[in-house]
Amino acid sequence: MNSVAGINIVRFILLLLVQVLICNHIDFLGYINPYIYIIFIFLFPIREERLALLVVSFMLGMLVDLFSDSGGVHAAAAVSLAYIRPVLLKSSFGMLYEHQSIKFSTTDIGSLITYISLGTVIHHSILFSLEIFNISSILLVLEKTLFSSIFTIILSVLIIILFSRNRK
Amino acid sequence: MQQIFNFVIRNKTFLLFLLLFSIALALTIQSHSYHRSKFINSANFLTGGVYGTMNSVDQYFDLKTKNDILAEENQRLREQLLNTNTTLDSTYIDSSYAKEKYRVTIADVYKNSYSSVNNYLTLNKGKNDSIKRDFGVITSNGIIGIIDNTSKNYSTALSILNVKSKINAKIKSTNHIGSLTWDGKSPIYVQLEDVSQFAPVKVGDTIQTGGESSIFPKGIGIGTITSFESDISGDTYKIQVKLFNDMTNIGTVYIIENIDRTQISSLQNSTNE
Repeated sequence: MNSVAGINIVRFILLLLVQVLICNHIDFLGYINPYIYIIFIFLFPIREERLALLVVSFMLGMLVDLFSDSGGVHAAAAVSLAYIRPVLLKSSFGMLYEHQSIKFSTTDIGSLITYISLGTVIHHSILFSLEIFNISSILLVLEKTLFSSIFTIILSVLIIILFSRNRK
Repeated sequence: MQQIFNFVIRNKTFLLFLLLFSIALALTIQSHSYHRSKFINSANFLTGGVYGTMNSVDQYFDLKTKNDILAEENQRLREQLLNTNTTLDSTYIDSSYAKEKYRVTIADVYKNSYSSVNNYLTLNKGKNDSIKRDFGVITSNGIIGIIDNTSKNYSTALSILNVKSKINAKIKSTNHIGSLTWDGKSPIYVQLEDVSQFAPVKVGDTIQTGGESSIFPKGIGIGTITSFESDISGDTYKIQVKLFNDMTNIGTVYIIENIDRTQISSLQNSTNE
């Protein structure tokens, strides 16, 4: 139990720092940034209380907002992702989730990619529609969502695979 | 009563989600309105400290470019000094007229963004260096933004690459004014709106700050005209301006305080009443 909490605290701090110090400044092609801090929400232990996940996600989003002067957009997107995570888990892992026996390091890669892609697209569409906050620039929202999602999905899957191999 | 409690307990996840989401939404909406004091900004002890540590490592990598920029600026200033028409005579300084109009503070940029539609910079000077809201921020090339929030040691500046930013500007060759805005697309171009159709607009002309705003001194460079078109109404031009500054690469900035600002704004307020 203690080591699970420890791993999550370290993951929280590391992902936050990597996000605000590196990923926020990539600006690929001028505006495409990955938002890899949501890996924390993806990998949060499934058996833990959902309320805890909501509060922790809110804090994580708020801290990212604090660093990037963006009001509350990351907090809103992160809380929404945390709230609908069970639905995503059920739709991408099916039976495994019902038995509460998902291990992210051993699941097959297909379901993992489905899970992360669905979550990322939902998170990013909320994030960018709140950030731009203007219905007439809906094309800009879709464009940013699409490109940033691709970037985030690739990076997140790579990071998850890379670090779960190491732990074995 | 019992039923209410049951309802709350049954839907506790959803209610907590609703609460947190509305807090975040409120902060977002508040951040979209200009000139409101914000709780969530990067001018604080935590973020300033983290960015400061990063900056102290980071700054060594571009020392050479920074030196080149400084040398270039020195050359330009020296040229200006040698070519001034008025010779300064030290014997005729009257202390009541020698009062300075602008105070300049140098600051390091700790964070700069240009990929969002609401971009801010974080600077390493704050209230302790008597930096206040609505001071101008420039570099040797041109304007950068306006100070928005300050804490003890840090401040955030509203970048000109922010859809909320609106700055008074004019065409250098004439005195036609307009307001400088950004459409959120490219970090190289900003837009000058509300320029009268009487203005002789030419591609390649320089755009400067107009002296009206009392934030920036008159005549600080902004950029050059690349294209222009008539507004839908046909009364005004909308001009594309290519910035002098590379907004994606800013190391050191100058914060400018107009010492007469309070006097000017109180005068304007009393006139408006």
